[in-house]
Amino acid sequence: MTGTGGALFAAVFLACAVEAVEALTIVLAAGTARGWRSAGQGVVSALIVLAAIVAVLGPALTAIPLGALRLIVGALLLVFGLQWLRKAVLRASGHKDLHDEDAIFDRELAAAREAQAERRWVVTDWYAYTLSFKGVLLEGLEVAFIAITFGGNQHDVPLAAVAALAAIAVVTLVGLAIKAPLSRVPENTLKFVVGVMLTSFGMFWGAQGADAHWPGDDAALLVIAPVVALFALGLVAVLRQSAPPRETAVVPASAALRMEES
Amino acid sequence: MIARLKAFGAFWYDFIVGDDWRVAVFVVAALAVTFAVSKSSVPAWWILPAAVVLVLPWSLWRARRKR
Repeated sequence: MTGTGGALFAAVFLACAVEAVEALTIVLAAGTARGWRSAGQGVVSALIVLAAIVAVLGPALTAIPLGALRLIVGALLLVFGLQWLRKAVLRASGHKDLHDEDAIFDRELAAAREAQAERRWVVTDWYAYTLSFKGVLLEGLEVAFIAITFGGNQHDVPLAAVAALAAIAVVTLVGLAIKAPLSRVPENTLKFVVGVMLTSFGMFWGAQGADAHWPGDDAALLVIAPVVALFALGLVAVLRQSAPPRETAVVPASAALRMEES
Repeated sequence: MIARLKAFGAFWYDFIVGDDWRVAVFVVAALAVTFAVSKSSVPAWWILPAAVVLVLPWSLWRARRKR
């Protein structure tokens, strides 16, 4: 695997793991509160829809000329990545609440227990079905978007697909083993890293698509990503100085990104 | 039907653009400048990094002010 191939695998794996953790939390809430049969049907239905989307969009992307593809995908990834990075910096610096899978699980569980049961077609519990379906489909769309764009741009869709499937398999297996939300996963840190990688790849491909040439060609990516990470960490440090007080224990600035693990 | 189309559009807007539309506008403008400069003899690779250095703190500053 080349350097950019490794970066591609890491970016897709981490992004998909984060989304899989979020989907797992919703499915666990639906299954625990309402029953696993309908929740499972929701998961299978969403996976079929996602597979159809990937089957249509994947080949369509490969038909676009590489320059245009890099320009479009670079722009999308840069906007998308900056959105992730913005939220991650705000969370790490204390200006936005941290993503808490335990709290989300409790909220979904309470809502699921209160809802009325309703049978439709072969689904015995429509609420559990739609909750699982929406959770997997919406989080899965992000997985599909990242895997297709990264794979298509790097001409290595199989590698991106393997990274995505590996992340989903790891999260699913761990989730099934413990039957609890994966609150120990450092999700906020992962989101920060994914934001850095999406932003870096977005800049790299966007500039290439706009006919700019990076010094060092592909090797430039190995400089861009660490520089973006350092820049974002610097912004975290600056913003932490004006952060409102948190209810939880004060955490040193150097450990800001590991806050959810403490 | 209209409500569903609106919800579909709102989902994709939120999915791609997110909380701050100015970031998307800035990125598109920076790509246009990169393309224009790349047609000259001046190197154009630095324009997107410069755009990120400007737009990310600006967006964060706006978000912090809103809280």
